[in-house]
Amino acid sequence: MADTLITKARLLDPASGLDAPGALLIRDGLIADCGAGLTAPEGATVVDAAGSCLAPGLIDLRANLGEPGAEHRETIASAAQAAAAGGITTICVLPDTDPALDDPALISFIARRGEATGSVTLLPYGAATAGCAGKELAEYGLLREAGAIAFTDGVRAIASARTMRLALSYARAFGAFIVQHPEEPSLAAGGAATEGELATRLGLPGITPAAEAMLVARDIALARITGGHVHFAHVSTAAALDLIRAAKAEGLAVTCDTAPPYFDLNETAIGDYRTYAKLSPPLRTEMDRQAVVAALVDGTIDAIASDHQPRDADDKRLPFAQAEAGGAGLVTLLGVTLARVHAGDVPMLTALGLLTARPATLLDLPQGRLVKGAPADLVLFHPDRGWKVEAGKLPGKAQNSPFDGRALEGRVLGTWKAGRRVFGG
Amino acid sequence: MTYPRKHLLAIEGLEPPHLADLLDLAESYALLNRSGKTQRDLLKGRTLINLFFEDSTRTRTSFELAGKRLGADVINMSVSTSSVNKGETLLDTASTLNAMHCDLLVVRHGQSGAPSLLSQKVDAAVINAGDGTHEHPTQALLDALTIRRHKGRLEGLVVAICGDIAHSRVARSNMHLLTTMGSRVRVVGPPTLIPAESARLGVEVFHDMKAGLAGADVVMMLRLQRERMSGGMVPSAREFFRFYGLDAEKLAHAKPDSIVMHPGPMNRGVEIDSAIADHLTRSVIGEQVEMGVACRMAVLDMLSRQLPRNR
Repeated sequence: MADTLITKARLLDPASGLDAPGALLIRDGLIADCGAGLTAPEGATVVDAAGSCLAPGLIDLRANLGEPGAEHRETIASAAQAAAAGGITTICVLPDTDPALDDPALISFIARRGEATGSVTLLPYGAATAGCAGKELAEYGLLREAGAIAFTDGVRAIASARTMRLALSYARAFGAFIVQHPEEPSLAAGGAATEGELATRLGLPGITPAAEAMLVARDIALARITGGHVHFAHVSTAAALDLIRAAKAEGLAVTCDTAPPYFDLNETAIGDYRTYAKLSPPLRTEMDRQAVVAALVDGTIDAIASDHQPRDADDKRLPFAQAEAGGAGLVTLLGVTLARVHAGDVPMLTALGLLTARPATLLDLPQGRLVKGAPADLVLFHPDRGWKVEAGKLPGKAQNSPFDGRALEGRVLGTWKAGRRVFGG
Repeated sequence: MTYPRKHLLAIEGLEPPHLADLLDLAESYALLNRSGKTQRDLLKGRTLINLFFEDSTRTRTSFELAGKRLGADVINMSVSTSSVNKGETLLDTASTLNAMHCDLLVVRHGQSGAPSLLSQKVDAAVINAGDGTHEHPTQALLDALTIRRHKGRLEGLVVAICGDIAHSRVARSNMHLLTTMGSRVRVVGPPTLIPAESARLGVEVFHDMKAGLAGADVVMMLRLQRERMSGGMVPSAREFFRFYGLDAEKLAHAKPDSIVMHPGPMNRGVEIDSAIADHLTRSVIGEQVEMGVACRMAVLDMLSRQLPRNR
């Protein structure tokens, strides 16, 4: 493959704090050089970035891709298309599929399917418990050998304190962490929206926001007694973030992520029973949304994940309480994150770091940095160019965007996977 | 006379003049009904479909009578929710109804928001006849009309809504309507049956029935929705009756000329004592049923004015 030189770019590397004009040279799938004053080698393809931003390809810490078992909602091929359009080059894939990813063969199957797309690396999570059923621990050692990055039951909370304790203890032997869906299940059962004035007005069964903080508090206590590493997914409330902030200050192995809906939308997005805005956890109050933004800035949150949950029309065209929760998130991950940058809430490098270097550090990946020798996984985007999210016209199969109708600034112009251009151009 | 919408999906959002107009029109229909006259030319050639996904005798019959008194062709469709797969049929049903050229669609559904969803897909004007734990707008209208006939006004009255507020669409519609019209609304019940942040809806919350009834002009009892309660929100019917059932002793705390209401069907001996329910001067439960027909005639009349004249 010929060399590629991307010139006249604004290089953004959150790991080193670089934000400067320059060029980047791709050779043999790796970043061969980057900085100012690079010239194109003989025979190189030259891409003129015309001042657009060049950053490491996004690492999505959390997505469900529909395969295996829900191919009518999304397939790995269609998700790869959406990911490329969204500048995502690595996806951590949730294991609560049908069947669940609780067997080494399934773990390697997912990784192979990712390789076959040629555009996105898929890093599968292993099931925390057999069948993601919350009872017996899955085979962490064998799953880890097969390539599982960490263990989780996906959108199902590990409900039993005893099981969670065992999981956190046992995973230590294999250097893995446990990802929890932080929602106390007996309080969340049957709920469709955050408990409060809006749910009362709409006559919807509510889930108290305390259900999140409660499970976070329990699992922090379990991390303390086991020495295990717990990671809380899609954290959405001020109370839970306060607990996580304190646990980090204490030096415990506690990390967390959030997803764009929780810093861009509040509960009013469900408006007149808008099922596309029905998510799990449910959208919160404006006060909680602001707390999530603050936690992006102060470092409490370690990553922004797409939390992609593909749903088809039949899952969503139902009365609100009966509709499935979950939103498509791959295509909008960057744009919605940049909206916080444009609003002046989050600095550019901090925002990009949550999509690249910080998840890379969490997972110990070589990607996520603009550094010589790193894989040439890259995204080129124009930070101000506008576009409108239109469900029905998004790349990929899943169209259930909670951001349907939203105008965004920040458009992906090109995506490179291991040096090969997989989007734009 | 104006009504700002195509459908009647909720009381929330309607303003005092719209509600007053509807009540005035309903009052005139109440008089017409008592006179024995009809107005069968008003909805002549119009098709009204009663689409009920939940069992109901009272509300369905009331709408049927209202439609017939105004001359509409009335069809009742009952869809058993047990035999069909949840809401999937909802949108299938919508296309069927469009093909039938239905003008006015009365919907009752067990899920909050179902009539709203349906209204986005059908050509007809949709009237919410009760959706989940959301709203039951015509019940609130008939309650308000009944109160107005007895008290001459709504403004400044103290209205105590008692019992299972959390699972009650009747309570929600009444809270919206009565607070909008300037009544002082109280909700009375055990904390497990009071929805979160009720005070934000402009009502006062009481957990002690006697305190809640003190000085009340209107005592509105709700059915204890036992079938909707998932997981014992009250320990037993006898405990509920003891502390929250309306009997003579508790009613004595309300004003001497207060009226007692119930949307029906009643659980006698659970939320209301029979002697109170059948009280000749205090109970207006029978009149509520009568006003129900008048209010539904008013709603059908008002919505039909915005329908296209010809199909």
